Amino acid sequence: MTYVFQQTLNALQLGSIYALIALGYTMVYGILTMINFAHGDLFMIGAFFCFAIATFFGLPFVPTLLLSMIGVAFLGVVIERLAYKPLRQAPRVSAVITALGVGIFLENFTLALNPYPQHVPTLITDTTWIVGGVSISSLQILVIGLSLALMMLLDFIVRRTMVGMAMRAISWDKSIVPLMGVPVNRIISITFALGTGLGAAAGTMYGLAYPVIDPYMGILVGWKAFICAVVGGIGSIRGAMIGGFILGAVEILVVASKIFPSTYRDFVAFGLLLVLLIFRPYGILGKPRPQKV
Amino acid sequence: MAKRWPLPVLLALGFLLSFAIPSLGLLDQYVQLILMYVGINIILAASLNLINGYMGEFSVGHAGFMAIGAYVASILTVLVFPSAAGPWLFPVAVIAGGLGAGLVGMAVAIPSFRTRGDYLAIVTLAFNMIVKSVFENIEAIGGPRGFLGMDKLTTLPWVFFWTVVSLWIMRNLVYSNFGRGVISIREDEIASDLMSVNTRQVKLVAFVVSSFFAGIAGGLFAHLLQFINPRMFDILKSTDILIMVYLGGIGSIAGSVLGATIYTVLLEWLRPLGIWRMVLMPLMLVLLMIYRPRGIMGLREARWFTPVRDLMTGKRHQSLGART
Repeated sequence: MTYVFQQTLNALQLGSIYALIALGYTMVYGILTMINFAHGDLFMIGAFFCFAIATFFGLPFVPTLLLSMIGVAFLGVVIERLAYKPLRQAPRVSAVITALGVGIFLENFTLALNPYPQHVPTLITDTTWIVGGVSISSLQILVIGLSLALMMLLDFIVRRTMVGMAMRAISWDKSIVPLMGVPVNRIISITFALGTGLGAAAGTMYGLAYPVIDPYMGILVGWKAFICAVVGGIGSIRGAMIGGFILGAVEILVVASKIFPSTYRDFVAFGLLLVLLIFRPYGILGKPRPQKV
Repeated sequence: MAKRWPLPVLLALGFLLSFAIPSLGLLDQYVQLILMYVGINIILAASLNLINGYMGEFSVGHAGFMAIGAYVASILTVLVFPSAAGPWLFPVAVIAGGLGAGLVGMAVAIPSFRTRGDYLAIVTLAFNMIVKSVFENIEAIGGPRGFLGMDKLTTLPWVFFWTVVSLWIMRNLVYSNFGRGVISIREDEIASDLMSVNTRQVKLVAFVVSSFFAGIAGGLFAHLLQFINPRMFDILKSTDILIMVYLGGIGSIAGSVLGATIYTVLLEWLRPLGIWRMVLMPLMLVLLMIYRPRGIMGLREARWFTPVRDLMTGKRHQSLGART
């Protein structure tokens, strides 16, 4: 029983990181119907910003997190302006390929500046409590709690504020909304800033929880988060959160249940996702968009 | 009358040259190696173009099919066939690799009946990761350490032969009745269904053909490098192939040839820059996409790849579909 509880905590920790990244995919998709494949690499940049700020300026955790989020959000907006905005009228796949290009650029630019894997300094003094045989580390609580708080904040912004209303309006219909006086470009920038900022928060927490970071770490995590977004129903914010926790749970379950050797983790996780997509082809919370003839 | 007489002559000359270059040593080993990579990449790009360019789906796991071809062909030449007969049975091994990949391609085609676009992308992506994971877990073929012991059976004439054959088959397929069906799925799947295109069958065949040639390229790749491991066929390799396709231009065989050649040669040419070439390369890709969103050829075809009947009626440009 304690084992189950222990693994649940691990699953929540991994799942909340996936969910935070998946949110960035799903928000950009909702508003631009474009898959921002550079998002996983922005997550990596977030981890490296955290590393740089903590190492060279020696700031404590909260300012490091905030600076990293702001820096990456700024980078995300710049990328959108320079690389994606010129392609809004172009075929959709051109934007996707551009995003792949931006991702490869970010990976290798980071690699060129920084050829070795880095070790993020400990920003949080990690204390472990033993509650009824289950060891709970303060870091785990921090990662899970902070992610949930950020997700609730995002849910609030999207559902209750004017900016959020504008975002939902743009994802509903792109041609009428500008005529209603909604500043589309500004809303898209805000969407990118929010999505990449959450990615950076995930990167910072990933750097704290699994301290070795390298320029290619965003690829696999990013693709997995994209899968989470699709499983939840791409474009749906709550779906992305659910998808993230599902993938986290499945991955930990495969390792923890010991039915399969742990090297089968990816195999089982992706196999299950395929099966899920066969039964719900539009994801858990996604709505099929009827094609009009 | 539009004349294209030089094509068979050029092909024959090219074939002779591909024999002459290694035996007479006209080019040094390094340039020959690059040429062979170019050929393999052309097969990969052209076969992915069938799905992504002509059919308008978004498949992102092409390296998975390549991996199956590479492993099947290598297992046959190393473990099954007697090593003395290696060079003679090499084409059999390569074709078997292609068939293996094609068989798996059939399985991947089935989800495409129900979903398309980003959901199909996810299926192919997951497929790519599953293939890599499976090969990593089979200890008998080396697991994550990889598989070796292949002889260097891939030679310049073989690469030239397979490149020409695959381009020829794919071109004929694209301009056949079947190919019109493929293009009609890209333009509007429901409309093409109403026009009595058997969309399921067309999708299935397109996926099988595409993965078959990816498997062929995998077999050639394995016997050129003489060493394969599952990590070679991960998402990064698939991304490479995607870039070649979109760099050259979708819906164009000449585009795939150009894209694969430019990408491969440029990466080699920029090698002195070290890691910075991988910084420069995506920047150039992004700039190209901004100024030419459809890639270099983008739904246009070179004269050589266009059937004579289309040249005569001046139909060299495909319609620009709203959905692509």
